Amino acid sequence: MALTSRTGLPGRVRAILSLPIRLRAGVMALLLPLLMAGCAEEYPQSTINPKTDFAEIIHALYTSVFWWTMFILAVVWIALAYVLVKFRAREGDATPRQIRGHVGLELGWTVGPAMIVIAITIPTIQGVFATQRPVSDDAMVVEVTGHRFWWEFHYPELGVTTANELHLPVDRPVSLRLGASDVIHSFWVPMLGGKRDVNPVPVVREGRNPKYNWLYFTPFETGIYMGQCAEFCGEAHAFMAMRVVVESDEEFSDWVERWQSGDAPAPLPVEEGVSEAVESEPALNGDEVTEPIRTQARAGDPLAMEGRDVFLNQSTCVACHAINGTSAQGVIGPNLTLFGARTSLGAGIRENSTENLIQWITDPHSLKPGAAMPGVNYNMAVPGAAPWPATGLNEEQVRAVAAYLLSLR
Amino acid sequence: MSSVGLETHTAHATSHGEETGLWSWITTVDHKRIAVMYFLTATFFFLVGGVEALLIRIQLLRPENSFITPEMYNQLFTMHGTTMIFLVAMPMAVAFFNFVVPLQIGARDVAFPRLNALSYWIFLFGGLYMNASFIFGAAPNASWTGYATLTSSTYSPGHNVDFWFIGLSILGIASLAGGVNFITTIVNMRAPGMKMMRMPLFTWMTFVTSFLLITAIPVIAVALVFLGFDRVFGTVFFDPTMGGDPVLWQHLFWIFGHPEVYILILPAFGVISDVIPTFSKKPLFGYPIVVYAGILIGFIGWGVWSHHMFTVGLGPIADSFFVAATMIIAIPTGVKIFNWIATMWGGSLRFTTAMLFSVGLVAVFTVGGLSGIMHAAAPIVLQQHDSYFVVAHFHYVIVGGAMMGLWAGLYYWFPKVTGRFLSETLGKWHFWTTMVGLNLTFFPMHFAGMFGMPRRIYTYSAELNVEIYNQLSTVGAFIFGLSALIMIYNIMKSARGGERAGANPWGAPHLEWSIPSPPHHYNFPEVPLVKSREPLWNASEREEILAVTMGEAKEEPVMPNPSYWPILLAASITLAWGLVMTGTWWIIALGALPVLFCVLMWAFEPAFPEGH
Amino acid sequence: MAHAATTAHPPTNTGISNWKLGFWTFIGSECLFFGTLISTYMVYKGKAVTGPYPSELFDVLHTTMSTTILLFSSLAMVIALHAVQHGKKSRAILFLGLVILMGGGFLYLEGESYLKYIGYGLTITSSTFGSTYFVLTGTHKLHVIIGMIWMAILALQIGRGKITARNAETVEIAGLYWHFVDIIWIVIFTLVYLIQ
Repeated sequence: MALTSRTGLPGRVRAILSLPIRLRAGVMALLLPLLMAGCAEEYPQSTINPKTDFAEIIHALYTSVFWWTMFILAVVWIALAYVLVKFRAREGDATPRQIRGHVGLELGWTVGPAMIVIAITIPTIQGVFATQRPVSDDAMVVEVTGHRFWWEFHYPELGVTTANELHLPVDRPVSLRLGASDVIHSFWVPMLGGKRDVNPVPVVREGRNPKYNWLYFTPFETGIYMGQCAEFCGEAHAFMAMRVVVESDEEFSDWVERWQSGDAPAPLPVEEGVSEAVESEPALNGDEVTEPIRTQARAGDPLAMEGRDVFLNQSTCVACHAINGTSAQGVIGPNLTLFGARTSLGAGIRENSTENLIQWITDPHSLKPGAAMPGVNYNMAVPGAAPWPATGLNEEQVRAVAAYLLSLR
Repeated sequence: MSSVGLETHTAHATSHGEETGLWSWITTVDHKRIAVMYFLTATFFFLVGGVEALLIRIQLLRPENSFITPEMYNQLFTMHGTTMIFLVAMPMAVAFFNFVVPLQIGARDVAFPRLNALSYWIFLFGGLYMNASFIFGAAPNASWTGYATLTSSTYSPGHNVDFWFIGLSILGIASLAGGVNFITTIVNMRAPGMKMMRMPLFTWMTFVTSFLLITAIPVIAVALVFLGFDRVFGTVFFDPTMGGDPVLWQHLFWIFGHPEVYILILPAFGVISDVIPTFSKKPLFGYPIVVYAGILIGFIGWGVWSHHMFTVGLGPIADSFFVAATMIIAIPTGVKIFNWIATMWGGSLRFTTAMLFSVGLVAVFTVGGLSGIMHAAAPIVLQQHDSYFVVAHFHYVIVGGAMMGLWAGLYYWFPKVTGRFLSETLGKWHFWTTMVGLNLTFFPMHFAGMFGMPRRIYTYSAELNVEIYNQLSTVGAFIFGLSALIMIYNIMKSARGGERAGANPWGAPHLEWSIPSPPHHYNFPEVPLVKSREPLWNASEREEILAVTMGEAKEEPVMPNPSYWPILLAASITLAWGLVMTGTWWIIALGALPVLFCVLMWAFEPAFPEGH
Repeated sequence: MAHAATTAHPPTNTGISNWKLGFWTFIGSECLFFGTLISTYMVYKGKAVTGPYPSELFDVLHTTMSTTILLFSSLAMVIALHAVQHGKKSRAILFLGLVILMGGGFLYLEGESYLKYIGYGLTITSSTFGSTYFVLTGTHKLHVIIGMIWMAILALQIGRGKITARNAETVEIAGLYWHFVDIIWIVIFTLVYLIQ
């Protein structure tokens, strides 16, 4: 356990156990740098490793309350242990003195704990207000929508929509506006702070404001942070994870720019800033490891070109999915723009590799029971969503679509 | 303070005038028999819920395990929670209310014996009804809190949630009737001289719990009515697309749900407040304070429900109010713990199994209480809410608190019920396997939660690095399971072959120990006069009481008639409620007819033998 | 329902019979039940997304009429109880009959408004207002119906001589129930119809 955790691999390792050994080794070798970079922490969802102001407030309070409770526990346990040892019945014990109470003592152990409670309550209430202060104007707003079972992130100021991997610039305040499209979810990325429920927002009468929940924080360290839905939302609740990529301003603007240029071929990287960004961007697909990220790999890749055609013209993919700059404008499923740049698929449940993606497109339920996406040869019929027929893609087409999607980076 | 156990030559006199055989149990209205049925049924459901827990633990043994499907897992954890709370912890406490309270206050039965039988049968049928859902592969699967909108007919189209809301409303009737019954019994039927402030703590806590029942159950009942109407008739109470607010469900559920927590824990507090003095040979330290603390806990328990909802987004002002209210509850709870320790201080402690469980409760419950303080601090719970940290917390409170207390009660009152001791050797095995099992199961969960493992997930990523904590928990769960088997074996063995116990084998101070073990079916040949809080610990008072209680009744006391209407009414209520699932007005209305018929037959049946 | 009420149990600590005390406890519970229903109505008040809205529907005069009838039924209940306690059998039956009649009158008038509202498009599924309004008032009407059945049974029993001055408490408890149902209606009338 300890060994595997140091390499940071175990979860994904099991995911690919079914692959041939050689392939598996290859995939692992490819994933290693990524995971070393993103999940260097031993506990990637630790609640005691704060990386935002919000998380720090909580952690400070937790630490102080923790020591108070340890103190109380020590008092109770020591008193109890003393009593149990000292006053156990012995041969020839006389009847103990029949003491019925003591006003001073009662007062003492009412007032004493009351003081401790006050000592805890005051910073708590300060914390309550500090963690729910009004949204500041300079914060970047992201509209988070919880769906069964994935996350949608929309940046209204940038016109960017993405899914399951939230990109945030470091050291800049961010306000997450939370709403759900179906059932209650809860947004929880422990290292970035506490959770807040993502409620379906009740419709209100014309002219009134619907009530959204907000999360407000400023991340102060770059990295990839793991989180997941923390309110039971149905069959695939366990598979509703997400990642938050906190990156430098340049990396973030670059990401936005790439998103906005969408599917259209982008220029070869000439500016220096961009090529730096390229290097820090993890390479995911073995075939493309050597290619600069922003080149449209598929221009020289007939498979990806074929996949583009399948995706846009020969399949039902576009009914649900959107890719910026193409005719695909579906809004039911995750927006797939820059899909190839994501580190994970299926809402943070598997590494974004060719093999996993092929499996996902072919048979999403094998990776994620309850997912609303139809498979190649089975219909989708899940509660709360319109039924949808099987995609009917053949093996060749699936491979092509996978290549296309991974080329979107 | 010599044990009166020596003076009990008539201790094993068989109760005369009492029928035996299956029919007599089905028609019984005797609170002692109903208690036994409650206990056995709750123990059966404890095994069911326990097997569910073990399956859950096997599934979580390894990350990304596929021992059971997510759907099955969701059914299992939903039924585990629902079963353990509504079919185990509550009814097991009611078993003790039933057996002990009338004996402690010097009554011959509860105020409404037939209603009491009705409560039991409704509980049994409601529990069976809900579990029958497994046969159809449609067990409830939306968690025991059933948050809207997951429970709506859109997102839970099957009958799973129907079984849940119908089952719970059936069980609610049983609890409500029980609450009314015990309040009336305790207010009205105490022996002469048994003032309120002379009542044993267990009776006091039953009293407080009963108030919580009659006030909390109606709230969940309304919530379930709303849910049922939403599902069956298309109302929009919790439908956000029509302006309904899913958070309303959470308010209603927790306005019930938090008092429910005290419904679970207060009986256990009551048990150990009786057990600890007995085995310390000292009266309870600060009796009035402990009573008031219990009342206060019950009372404040009504103003803290939103501490289950700190992540919901109620705003800082509401959150602060509920932080303060919740923190205040820590004070009376702490006071109780200190009073128990003070009771033992200077005493002569005998570590019987009952005492071990009581002391174990004080030690282990404190851990749960303290993690509760962490959760009362709202910002902290933003991290811990719906994580395994919370799972650890409430299992410490419910298993380490409520269940430990009830098992203390089991070992304490078993001799009174059967006239035989439970084996102390097996009892100690039971205690130590429980202690090891529960701590090994639930303590590592704190870490799993702290490292980001959410609850209610059927599997977890290996990357979270929480596998080791889950493995420890799984091992602990099996040890805990073993402890349950030891307990059951002990009960089966000792009920027939246990060492004989006298009227007052523990040298306890309260009235239930003044009568033979097992008691006559009419409990007290004549009702004694009570003069103090520990009537059997005052030599002169004891003499007077035993002279009355250990003799034979001069004339057979008039006891209520047995009746088969309780079981029939319970069956018809279950049927009527079950028909709601059809969603058809006329079928539902038709289902009400047998209920009406049974109510009428019940009303016209004389409760007592003719001529009285 | 309370035949054995006055027989066979020893004097109680409070002097109040178990049946009466138990029933008071039950009414306490019922208060919470209606309290929750009414609170929900209040929480959703003015938040319905689609019409018709209360102000377009409620006819306070019409409801005042049905309320008055229900109030007078309580008076009849008092007289009926008094009659039973003093052994006046036929008067008791007469006034219990009046209670049932007035309960019926109340239901008739309320049923009329129900039909009117439904005609305007307000149903249990049309909006949060529709859901909360119909479930709240419907639950109250169910209580009225149960009360009427209860009164009918009592009248029958009095007629057969099973209930006399000796066990008049049975009627007293039924009266308790009826007055409670009345009071709840006054609360509903005030909060739902008067304060809009």
